[in-house]
Amino acid sequence: MNLSSRSAPASASFLVANAVFIGRSIRLSLRNVEALLMAVMLPVMLMLLFTYVFGGALDPSGNYVNYVVPGIILLCAGFGSSSTAVDVSMDMTNGIIDRFRTMPIHSMGVVTGHVAASLARNLLATAIVIGVAFLVGFRPNAGLTEWLAALGVIVLFILAFTWLFAAIGLVAGSPSAASGYGFALLFLPYLSSAFVQTETMPGWLQGVANHQPITPVIETIRGLLTGTPIGDQAWLAVGWCALLIAVAIAWCGISFRRRAGRR
Amino acid sequence: MKQLAIETKGLKKRFGKQVVLDGVDLSVPSGIIYALLGPNGAGKTTLINILSTLTAADAGEARVAGYDVAAEKTKVKMSISLTGQFAAVDEMLTGEENVRMICRLSGLSPSESKTRTAELLQRFELQSAAGKRVKSYSGGMRRRLDLAVSLVVDRPVLFLDEPTTGLDTISRQTLWKIILQLKERGITVFLTTQYLEEADQLADTISVIDGGRIVATGTPAELKARVGEEVIELRDRNEALLRTVSTSGTIADVRQALSELAPLLPPDARVSLRKPSMDDVFLALTSQPRLEESIS
Repeated sequence: MNLSSRSAPASASFLVANAVFIGRSIRLSLRNVEALLMAVMLPVMLMLLFTYVFGGALDPSGNYVNYVVPGIILLCAGFGSSSTAVDVSMDMTNGIIDRFRTMPIHSMGVVTGHVAASLARNLLATAIVIGVAFLVGFRPNAGLTEWLAALGVIVLFILAFTWLFAAIGLVAGSPSAASGYGFALLFLPYLSSAFVQTETMPGWLQGVANHQPITPVIETIRGLLTGTPIGDQAWLAVGWCALLIAVAIAWCGISFRRRAGRR
Repeated sequence: MKQLAIETKGLKKRFGKQVVLDGVDLSVPSGIIYALLGPNGAGKTTLINILSTLTAADAGEARVAGYDVAAEKTKVKMSISLTGQFAAVDEMLTGEENVRMICRLSGLSPSESKTRTAELLQRFELQSAAGKRVKSYSGGMRRRLDLAVSLVVDRPVLFLDEPTTGLDTISRQTLWKIILQLKERGITVFLTTQYLEEADQLADTISVIDGGRIVATGTPAELKARVGEEVIELRDRNEALLRTVSTSGTIADVRQALSELAPLLPPDARVSLRKPSMDDVFLALTSQPRLEESIS
C-alpha cells in the first residue's frame, strides 16, 4: 500500500478534543431533522396551548401569558435536554466509543460534546418561546441586567438537566431504556409553580412543589422578567442547579469509566 | 531476540459466574500477523478489550509494545489502534468527516487533517463516497473506512476484531490484501477470526482459543502437522462424508486405519486422501481434551 507514513504527533489536547466532540454533536443535532423540528415546534405549540386553551380558565384577566412564560421555557428545556440521554446512550452502545476510548485523548469529551449541543439547541428553543410569547402578548418589564441574569439562570438549568440526562444515558442499557428513564424528570415542571401557584395545590403536594429545584428556578426567572418578588429564591435556584450539575458530572464520570468495554 | 509486541501471563477475566478467560499466556513478536482463532464465545473479544485498555483483567499481566495495560494506559493507547467487531464509525457523519474527526483527535492540525483525510480516502478507494453519510455505506465500505480511520497515524500495534465477519468474498479478499500490506509497513497485526481460512491465509502465527484458554499455538503448517500429514476421508456412494481419520500418510498407517474402520462402514464406502485443513486442526484441538503445551 502506498499510504504515506505519518508518525503520531502528541495527541489532541483536552481543548482540541472537546472542541472536536462539540462540533461533532452539533453536526449530529443539525442532521437529526425530526428531533430538531420537534425542538422548534414544541415551544410554539406549548406557548399557544397554554395561552389560548388553558390561559382563559387559569386567569380570566388575560394576564396568564406573563405568568406562564418561565414555565414553558423550562418545560421545553427539559424536553430538549432529554434527547441527550438517547444521544449518549446511542454512542455508548455503538462501536465508535471503543475507538475514542482506545485513543490517548480525553474521551469523556464525547459526553461533553452532547451537553454543549443540547445547550445550543435549548437556547434556540428558549429564543423561540420568548419570540412567540411576545407575539401572543407577553409584556415583561425587565431591563438588560435582568434579561442577562434570567438568561444565566436558564443556562444553568439547561446544563443541570442535560448533565442529568447524560448520566441517565450512560447508565441505561439501551437508547430506548434511556428515553424511558428520562421521562420521569420531564414531569417535574408540572409539580412546581410553573403553571399554577403552589398555594392552589393540596397541602402534601405543596411540600413537594415548594422544595424541588424547578420552583425556585421558575420564581427567579419570573421575578427577573416580570418583577414578581424573588426573595431568596435566586440563591436557591443557583444552589440547586450548581448542586445538580456537580452531582450529575460526578455520576457521568463514574459511570463512563464503569462502562469500559461493556457493550 | 526481537521485542515482543504483545505479551500476557495468566490473564483471567470473568463476567459474573461466567469465566471468559481462564489463564491466557501469549507472546507475539513485533512485525507479524497474529491470528487468534476460536469459536463464538471463546473469549477473543474480551482478550482484545483487555489488551486495548477497554476492560481490566481480574488477574494476570499484559504488556503491549512493552507497556503494562493496567498501569501505563496512555502509553499503550499511544501505541495501538483498534478496529472493533462493529464498525467504529459515525453513521450520521460522512466518510470524509469521520476520517477528519479522527485526524483532529490524533493531534493533526486542521490543514494536515485535510490532506491526510484525502490521502486515506483515496488509498482505500472511498473518494467517490467521501461526501455520503456512512449510513448508506455497504459492509465492505464501512470496514475499509474503519481501517482507514485506524491508520490515520502510525501506531505499531493494530487490533482487528473479526475484521471480515459478515463481508462478501470480494470485500474479504480486498481486506486481506490490505492487512498483508500493513505487515509490510512493519505494523504488528493482532486479529481475531472465526474463519480458519482467514487465519491460514494471513497469519504468521496462529493461536487457537477455546473456553478461555489457548489450546495451541504455531504456524499454520505446524498446526496442520499436528493432525497428521494426510487425512483419510470415507464417503458413501452419494458422496456424503462418513468419517475422517488423521494419519501420518505411510502405507502401514493408512492400512491399519482402514482395517480398523472397515468393519464399521458399508463395504462400498469410498476412500480418498487429502492434506489436513484448518478445520481438521480446529476440530481436533477444540473437541478433544485440552492440549495445553505450545508447539512453537
